[in-house]
Amino acid sequence: MREVIVIGGGPAGLAAAISARDNGATDVLVIERDTCVGGILNQCIHNGFGLHRFKEELSGPEYASRFAENLDNIEVLTDTMVLEVTADRIVRAVSRDHGYMELQAKAIVLAMGCRERTRGAISIPGDRPAGVYTAGAAQRYLNIEGYMVGKNAVILGSGDIGLIMARRMTLEGAKVHACVELMPYSGGLTRNIVQCLNDFDIPLYLSHTITDIRGKNRVEGVTIAKVGPDRKPIAGTEFDIECDTVLLSVGLIPENELTRGAGIPIDRRTNGAYVYENMETLCEGIFACGNVVHVHDLVDYVSAESERAGKAAAIYASGNKASGRVIEVEAGNGVSYTVPQKIRPENCDKKVDMFFRVRNVYQNVRLVVRDGDRVVASFNREHCAPGEMEHIVVPVALMGNAEKLTVSVEEVK
Amino acid sequence: MFDIIIIGGGVIGSAVAYELTKYNLRVALFEKENDIATGTTKANSAIIHAGYDPVPNSLTARLNVRGNELAHIICKKLDVPFKETGSVVCAFGEEDDETVRKLYHRGVENGVPGLKILNKQELKTLEPNISDEATTALYAPTAGVISPWEYALAFAEVAVQNGLELHLSEKVTDIKEGNVVVTEKGEYAAKYIIAAAGVNCNDIESMVAEPDYTLKPSKGEYYLLDKSAFGIVNTVVFQCPNKNGKGVLISPTVHGNIIVGPNAEASEKEDLSTTADGLSFVRTAAAKSVPTLNLSTNIRNFAGMRANTNEEDFIIRFVRAGFLSLAGIKSPGLASAPAIAEYVRQLLEKDGLSLTEKENIVDTRKRIRFKELSPEEKNALIKENPAYGRVICRCETITEGEIVATFSSPIPPVSIDGVKRRCNAGMGRCQGGFCAPRVLELIHKHTGIPKEEIVKDKSGSTVLSGGAL
Repeated sequence: MREVIVIGGGPAGLAAAISARDNGATDVLVIERDTCVGGILNQCIHNGFGLHRFKEELSGPEYASRFAENLDNIEVLTDTMVLEVTADRIVRAVSRDHGYMELQAKAIVLAMGCRERTRGAISIPGDRPAGVYTAGAAQRYLNIEGYMVGKNAVILGSGDIGLIMARRMTLEGAKVHACVELMPYSGGLTRNIVQCLNDFDIPLYLSHTITDIRGKNRVEGVTIAKVGPDRKPIAGTEFDIECDTVLLSVGLIPENELTRGAGIPIDRRTNGAYVYENMETLCEGIFACGNVVHVHDLVDYVSAESERAGKAAAIYASGNKASGRVIEVEAGNGVSYTVPQKIRPENCDKKVDMFFRVRNVYQNVRLVVRDGDRVVASFNREHCAPGEMEHIVVPVALMGNAEKLTVSVEEVK
Repeated sequence: MFDIIIIGGGVIGSAVAYELTKYNLRVALFEKENDIATGTTKANSAIIHAGYDPVPNSLTARLNVRGNELAHIICKKLDVPFKETGSVVCAFGEEDDETVRKLYHRGVENGVPGLKILNKQELKTLEPNISDEATTALYAPTAGVISPWEYALAFAEVAVQNGLELHLSEKVTDIKEGNVVVTEKGEYAAKYIIAAAGVNCNDIESMVAEPDYTLKPSKGEYYLLDKSAFGIVNTVVFQCPNKNGKGVLISPTVHGNIIVGPNAEASEKEDLSTTADGLSFVRTAAAKSVPTLNLSTNIRNFAGMRANTNEEDFIIRFVRAGFLSLAGIKSPGLASAPAIAEYVRQLLEKDGLSLTEKENIVDTRKRIRFKELSPEEKNALIKENPAYGRVICRCETITEGEIVATFSSPIPPVSIDGVKRRCNAGMGRCQGGFCAPRVLELIHKHTGIPKEEIVKDKSGSTVLSGGAL
């Protein structure tokens, strides 16, 4: 019987494991499928990580090493793939060195991260040549393997990885002809638009999409068209760009196959498990954190969230179950989801961290938490956008006897 | 001098090679691409049809029914994923009901076993997600789903072990007097040339004589849904056929996904692009069968090309002495493949080719599918070869051991898709986003091909443009 098993050794898993140990768990095991810990941060060699947490500008590997160097008394199994997790907390895994393993845990933390949406997920018509990559795959080829995937690129989607790769490919001598975004606003952080596109004169086409990919064996070109408010291409607005590469940065999907396999309920809005205030899923003793719960844009928030999950897992493993009444949190007007979706006030330490994304770009609004008509808390925002996750901290005392809280975007009167 | 030269390494050419290499013959197969099964064989509905569709007494009817029977035996023998799911042809209204009855009688006449007309209630029991508009259905229990490329590979791999001389990446450019096959690399004489060139059947045939049929290539576009959609249908769900083909189907795949399609559009045979209109047609048509079908779980769109001609039947005949053409092999070509091979053997025998069986032939095939092993078997395997303990393709749980094994198989892969066709790495929901760099590395390590030259699929489809600065 293991005390806490953490599945995934990326930023979420490492922070959760360290926190579990620091909160009293003496037997913590991290299972990582890659040959070293750090997860996707290992290929994120650009800077900008850790501004919130360390008040420093770190590269991905540097940020990861702050955690990887703090794993004393934590067992790490790398090069090990978890095949299955069960609701009664059995983990089945396989590795070269240890063969097929079956491990029973007192508590489990799910920290498997997310994967990139592919061409299939968005059904771009056209030929199927080589040269179409998710931005993350191209990033791996370049930053880990040392190979360029092409010389003339068009990027579809303005997610952060796509923007980062626009700059990275340019610095490596490629010509990035355009970044094409279906929505009327970017899906990435503003600072990445400025630093990765504007600084390199790469045009950003908002409300546009790729309607055709051409190329017999390797990409030869794409057709781009403007889209209307219904996000459908507008006939007559098409133009062609010759290129040998298309990079896709069209969204991330939490990687919850293990979660589903364990029968843990998934929120269709986040594509991650429903979680309580302490990141416990609806399956007792199984916790989840990081991008497997909801896609974050800043790793700093992943670390903080994962520390709460790790702590809660340690507490659960020591025999203290969370209990008490449950307040449901609902996404109201202008809000696409909230994490957590459920709050047990008796299990909270004075305040609850709440994360969510807004549905649109807003200026000068209030983010309001209500219990029916009663305002529980209100936060002014000069600017909010779907690409930037919102974080509010709500004191439990203000929640009163609420059964349901609604988080909405409201106009400032 | 070869006894037999087969042109084309699709499922038909491969099945013919499998059949003929059982005999004391010198057999070669020429394929223009770098692998087996890169044309229509890899892009179709992957159905082993029961055989109620073809007109009674036609060649197609006979070969389809026989091919279905053989598929059941061969897939077991050669370890090819095949599942007898059964199929339903659904009727939506009285006119369709009539078609269903007609197909039933056709099937009975063709010798298809176990056919049954289902009423609405019986159909609902079999397919709970079927539209309420469906009135009746023809149920064919012997229809099934298969891995088409593994079928072709299995035939070709066994044939190679039985002496087939396989020439990949060698395009036939001409056929000269005296049955001499001319390729980009050489000239080869043969007693018999068997053309199994799929959508290129007319090009090959016209090297010998003007074809007496017209090729009318027809493109079909598909959606392939994630495994999470599995279970939306239990059998191959057809609509009533019309003049354009068998209509849009929804079917489980043998790999655990759901396939939806195809449409039918007259097309240039090289054009395998998907189109917004084609996919939209498929979406609408599929919703008629299963209104709750959720296409947002799509992981891949693709298109395949039918080798349709102006004739309904398969066109299998000697064009001139020593030149046997297998033309117009469209659906149910996949289902008919081993029966076509058997028929080819009979035609050759009738033409005077003497056939004596080889003494020791290989007629089995087995590959390790790690995912399907028991815990004990997994452990034993990893102990024997630790590479089976490293999962490379996380979506499909394909191990390094399985990938490495492909490089010592009778027909080693030279591309990322070649690896995919042999062991399923990269077939899952992330479509190789995660494993492709790792597969590329393994190809490089085990074949010595420089990384910059490794292709995704066909020649020219390079993955990398060069080293970083």
